[in-house]
Amino acid sequence: MKAFVSALRARAARLAVAVLVAAAPGSVALAAPAAPAAPAAPAALPGDSVYQLPITLTGQDGRSARLAGRRGAPVLVSMFYTSCKFVCPMLIETIRDVEAKLSVEERASLAVVLVSIDPEHDTVQVLKRVADERGIDAARWTLARTDAASVRKLAAVLGIQYRALVDGEFNHTTAVVLLDGDGRIAARTTRLGNADAAFVKRVRSVALAASR
Amino acid sequence: MERAALWPPRARALVAALLAALAGNGTAAEYVQVPAGTLTSAIAPDAIGTPVPIDAFSIRAAPVTKGEFHRFVEARPEWQRGRVAQTFADGRYLQDWRSANAVGDAHAEDEPVVNVSWFAAEAYCEAEGGRLPTWHEWEYVAAADATRRDARDDPAFRARILARYASATPADLPAIRAAANAYGVRDIHGAVWEWVDDFNALLVDGDSRSGEDADKLRFCGAGAINLQDRENYAVLMRIALLSSLNGSDSTTSLGFRCVRPVGDKAR
Repeated sequence: MKAFVSALRARAARLAVAVLVAAAPGSVALAAPAAPAAPAAPAALPGDSVYQLPITLTGQDGRSARLAGRRGAPVLVSMFYTSCKFVCPMLIETIRDVEAKLSVEERASLAVVLVSIDPEHDTVQVLKRVADERGIDAARWTLARTDAASVRKLAAVLGIQYRALVDGEFNHTTAVVLLDGDGRIAARTTRLGNADAAFVKRVRSVALAASR
Repeated sequence: MERAALWPPRARALVAALLAALAGNGTAAEYVQVPAGTLTSAIAPDAIGTPVPIDAFSIRAAPVTKGEFHRFVEARPEWQRGRVAQTFADGRYLQDWRSANAVGDAHAEDEPVVNVSWFAAEAYCEAEGGRLPTWHEWEYVAAADATRRDARDDPAFRARILARYASATPADLPAIRAAANAYGVRDIHGAVWEWVDDFNALLVDGDSRSGEDADKLRFCGAGAINLQDRENYAVLMRIALLSSLNGSDSTTSLGFRCVRPVGDKAR
């Protein structure tokens, strides 16, 4: 509890600094060098990290969290929509096939996040139903939704294209992206069905490093 | 302690409001109203070219200028050249500026901003209380000439646009000054091309052009994108350019303008 309170205070202090810096653009040059004096902040996020994106995801359990909160462990990320009859079930099977090729330790270090491109229809209830139907491991897998603008930004960062069609379907490219512990794109595959061997190799090495 | 936990979001809201005011520098950008309607798009959402419904919105009369973007990066230093995260902008971001916080000659402030990534353009529009236009919104407005809301069937209109594209010299961008179209929108076919919100949704490739089913293993709802209007080269050039880009890319001829929702869709 104490740690929690002091974390809140540290956060408040950082925000106060941010307020001062942001509200007085003329003083930016002076204020910026003072930042490192703030107490033991975590190492700066790499500039090429997907976690630079300030978006929040809500999972099938109804809990919301910043995407950047995933920092620290590798994640497989992809985008889908639940009413897709053909590719999306295949996407889940493909990721399972990748996982089947990992050791127990490697698998335990890896999270899977599938973000809906159809937030209008994919409510938390729908995500929960699909998660149950597909029997996903809710301890490590998250089916998630976010607002439409955040979907567009996440897709742009991951290099995934999608487009709504008139019949409620979406046209989208399917890619599974491996993020390392700092949220950098370590590998990606567009292959569905049997796992892509080169991709599995990258997942193993990133997961192995994380499980140590 | 509860209070300590509560104030930051409010402070944040205050900062957001301050930033919006600073980005606009007190002078509101000119937006013009665009009424709702339907658009027969060059890239319809299905194979039979069903017209796309367009909700009413308002759009910037002119593209965002370097001066306006300059004030934005002053208020939001995380979008300055040299500071912006690589995830959001490549090495060419604002490369034509004299420095991270100076555009160059005074006259340059009135030129449309270019060398901006999609993420930066989207952030600018959000600070202005809007977003980038969707492709269909852009295409709807760009269909107009000086007197007609949809002049696309007129070969002379098409030829004029193509001629402008052919003569565009991004190295020496003109200040914004072209005549307004029927909506009051200027320079939409000028030397600067414009980002759209759904640039990563245009999905034009050989498969959809030929009308054959695209690779079903890559695309859900595959094969549904068809180019409806193969004569409209000017629009097809835009689609080809936009769909080849990543969100962090910056190019010497690509700028943007913003839209705001109106009526029920306004937040």
